[in-house]
Amino acid sequence: MSHAAADAHLLEPGAGVYHKKLGMWVFLASEVMFFTALIGSYIILRFGAAESWPVPSTVLNIPVTALNTFILICSSVSMVKAYAAAVEGDQKRLRLWLLVTVIGGATFVGVQVFEYTHLIHEHFLPSSGLFGSTFYTMTGFHGFHVSMGVICMTWVTIQAFRGRYTRENYHGVEVIGLYWHFVDLVWIILFTIVYLI
Amino acid sequence: MTTAAVHHEAAAGGHHELSFVRKYIFSTDHKIIGIQFLFMSLFFLLVGGLLAMMMRWQLGYPGKAVPGGGVLPETMASGGVILPEFYNSLVTMHGTFMVFFAIMPLLVGVYGNYLIPLKIGAPDMAFPRINMASFWIAFGAGIIMLAGFFATGGHAAAGWTSYAPLSARSDLSGVHMGQVLWLVGLIVLGLSSILGSMNYITTVVNLRAPGMTWFRLPLSIWALFITAILVLLAMPVLSGALIMLLFDQTLGTHFFDVSAGGQPLMWQHLFWFFGHPEVYILILPAMGIVSDIIANGSRKPIFGYHSMVFAIGAIAFLGWIVWGHHMFQSGMNPMLGTSFMISTMVIAVPSAIKTFNWMGTLWRGNIHFHTPMLNALAFVSMFVIGGLSGIFMASTPVDIFQHDTYFIVAHIHYVLFGGSLFAIFGAIYFWYPKMFGRMMSERLGKVHFVLTFVFYNLTFFPMHFLGMTGHMRRIYDPTQYEFLRPYQGTNRLITVGAFLLLASQLPFIWNFFWSLRKGAKAPLNPWRDNGLEWTVPSPPPHGNFATTPTVHHGPYEYSSPLTTDDYLPQNQEVRP
Repeated sequence: MSHAAADAHLLEPGAGVYHKKLGMWVFLASEVMFFTALIGSYIILRFGAAESWPVPSTVLNIPVTALNTFILICSSVSMVKAYAAAVEGDQKRLRLWLLVTVIGGATFVGVQVFEYTHLIHEHFLPSSGLFGSTFYTMTGFHGFHVSMGVICMTWVTIQAFRGRYTRENYHGVEVIGLYWHFVDLVWIILFTIVYLI
Repeated sequence: MTTAAVHHEAAAGGHHELSFVRKYIFSTDHKIIGIQFLFMSLFFLLVGGLLAMMMRWQLGYPGKAVPGGGVLPETMASGGVILPEFYNSLVTMHGTFMVFFAIMPLLVGVYGNYLIPLKIGAPDMAFPRINMASFWIAFGAGIIMLAGFFATGGHAAAGWTSYAPLSARSDLSGVHMGQVLWLVGLIVLGLSSILGSMNYITTVVNLRAPGMTWFRLPLSIWALFITAILVLLAMPVLSGALIMLLFDQTLGTHFFDVSAGGQPLMWQHLFWFFGHPEVYILILPAMGIVSDIIANGSRKPIFGYHSMVFAIGAIAFLGWIVWGHHMFQSGMNPMLGTSFMISTMVIAVPSAIKTFNWMGTLWRGNIHFHTPMLNALAFVSMFVIGGLSGIFMASTPVDIFQHDTYFIVAHIHYVLFGGSLFAIFGAIYFWYPKMFGRMMSERLGKVHFVLTFVFYNLTFFPMHFLGMTGHMRRIYDPTQYEFLRPYQGTNRLITVGAFLLLASQLPFIWNFFWSLRKGAKAPLNPWRDNGLEWTVPSPPPHGNFATTPTVHHGPYEYSSPLTTDDYLPQNQEVRP
C-alpha cells in the first residue's frame, strides 16, 4: 500500500492540509452534531422531568467509572506521546505508545461492559425510565465509538510494527489521534452530565 | 484509494485493465458511481410515482378497485380496493422514497459525484473507496426500505415525518416490523450521506485545479458544496433521533413515551431541525444546476455571480433557524412562533435575489430553447409559485387554517416536483451526452417537457383550492366528509392529471434507454459550454483529464468580446 505516494501527488492546492486529515475534521464535525442530538435530548428530557430523576450515584458506581475516565484520559496522553514519537520518526517509542493507547481503550470498553453487566444484573435496563433510556443510549454510542477507535488503532499499531510510518509520513497516526481525542472529549462531557450532575 | 490513483496514471498512459466487476459494479470511479446513483434513484422515482398513483386512485375513486390491483395481496388491497392501513403505508412510503431515495440522491448522489471532480478539474474524489462504499451503503438502505413492504403488519405507516408517539408505539399504529425496517433503512442511508458529503467537501476544498479559485467555481459546484455542509451537519441529528425512536420500538426505552415522562414533541423538534435544512438540501443543488443551464441557454454571463453565491450561503444559514415553522400548530409559545415566522420570511430575500438574477441573466439574452433550458425555465417559474405559497404558510395566522391541508401538499410539490424535479430533468438532458457519449432526442425531450409541464400543473395546482376548502392532508376517503363531497370532482380531476403525468414520463423513459444505444454520437461540447467537463471526451476516460487543466476564467464567459466564439472554456487562455 502506498497511500503516501497517492496523497503526496494530490496535495497540491487547497487548504494545505492533506485529504485524510481534512476529511477527518469534516467527519468529526458531523460526529459533533450526532452527539449534540443525543446530549440535547438528554437535557430536554431531564429538565422536563426534574422531580422524578434519580440521583445518579444511587444507581451508578461512580468511583469505578471515575477510574475508567482516568484510564481513557491517560490513553489520550499516550496517543499524544505516540504522535510525538511519529513526528520524530522514533519507531520504538511510536510502537510502545500506540500499544499503550490500544490497551487503554480496550480496558475502557472492558470496564464499560463490566459496568453494564452489573447494572443489568441489578435490573437497571434501557427500559428503566428515562434515566435508563438516556444512560444506555448515550454511553452505549460512546462505547461503540471507542470500540471502533480501538479496532482502527489496532490496525494502525500493526502498521507501525511493520514500519509503515516515517518521519515524512505519519498521517495514519495523526488522523486516528484526532478521532481518539474527540472520543475522549465526548466522554468527559458525558461523564460530567450523566454521572456527576 | 491507492490503487485508484495508480490507475489514473495508468489511464493517462493509455493502458488500464480492470475487470468488469471493478469497472462497472464495485467501481471507485466517481463517474461510474454517479451513474449507479442515477439508475438507482430513477428506479426509486418510479416506485414513488407508482405509490402516488395508488393513493390518487383511492382519493379520486374511493372504494373502487385499483386497475390491476388484483395482484396486490389481501393484506394490502381487498379485492383490489386499497385498505386504509395500506393507504397509510402508501402515504408514508411515497414521501420517504421521493425525498430520501429519489430527489436527494438524484441531486447530491448523481450530480455531486459526477460533476464535482469534472468541473473542478480533478482526476477523482478525494476518497474514491469511501465514495464506492457510500453508494453501496445507500443501495443496502434501499433494499431494507423495500423489504418493509413484505413485513408482517405492513410497511411503516406513520407518515414520512414519522411523528411520535404514533411511530414509537406499535400498539398505536399496528405496525412494528415495518417501522423498524423504515428506521434502520434511514439510519443506514444517513451513514451513506455523511460519508458522501465528507468526500464532496474534502474534494472541493483540496482538489481544485490550478487557477480554479473559489469565485471561479460554477454555481452548481458552489450549491453542491454548501449542500454537502448541510447534509454533513443535519443528517447526524436525524440519525440520533431515529436511533432513539428505534430504541423506543425495540428496547423499550421511553424517549417519546409520555407515560414515562418522555416527550413526543421532542421528536418534532429533532426531526425538523434536520428537516428544514433537508428542504434546502433538496433545492440548492437544483438552483445551482439551473444557474449553469440558464447562463448557457441565454448565452450570457450569469447576472450577479457573487450575489448568487452569497444567496446560496444565506439560504443555507437561515435554513437552520426556521424549523419551528413546521410546528406552529404544536402549541408553541406564540412569541416563539412569531420569531420563527420572521426568520422564515427573511429567506424570501436570498430566494428573490436568485430569482431576479435568473431573470437578469435571461434579459436580452440570445435564448436557445433547448430541452435543458426549457426545464430550467420551468424550474424558475414553478419555484416562484411554490415560494409564494410558502409565504402564506410562514405567516402564523394563515398557517392555522392551512396547516395539514392540501394547500401544504400543493406547496411541497411545487417546490419539490416543479422545482427540484424539473431541474433534475434539465440536468439529465444536459449532461447525458457527457455521461453516456450519446445525444438524447431533442424532439422527444420537448414532447416530454411539454406534457410533463401541462399535466404537472393540472395535478398540483387544483390542490391549492382543495386545501382552501379545508381538505385534510392524509385522509383515506374524502367522500366520508360532508363538507368535502362537493369537491370530489376536483379530486377526480387531480387523479386524471396524475395518471396523465405518469404517462407523460413514457417518452422520457423511451428516450433515455433508446439513446443509450441508438442516440447520435455526442461531440465533445454539444451545448457550447464553458465548463471543464466539456473539454474532455464524452464519456470521459478513467482519471478524467490527460493533463491537469489550468483555469483562466470564471465559468460564465458567454458572448465574451475577447473571443470570436460565443463561449470561452474555463481552461482556454486568451492572448490579446
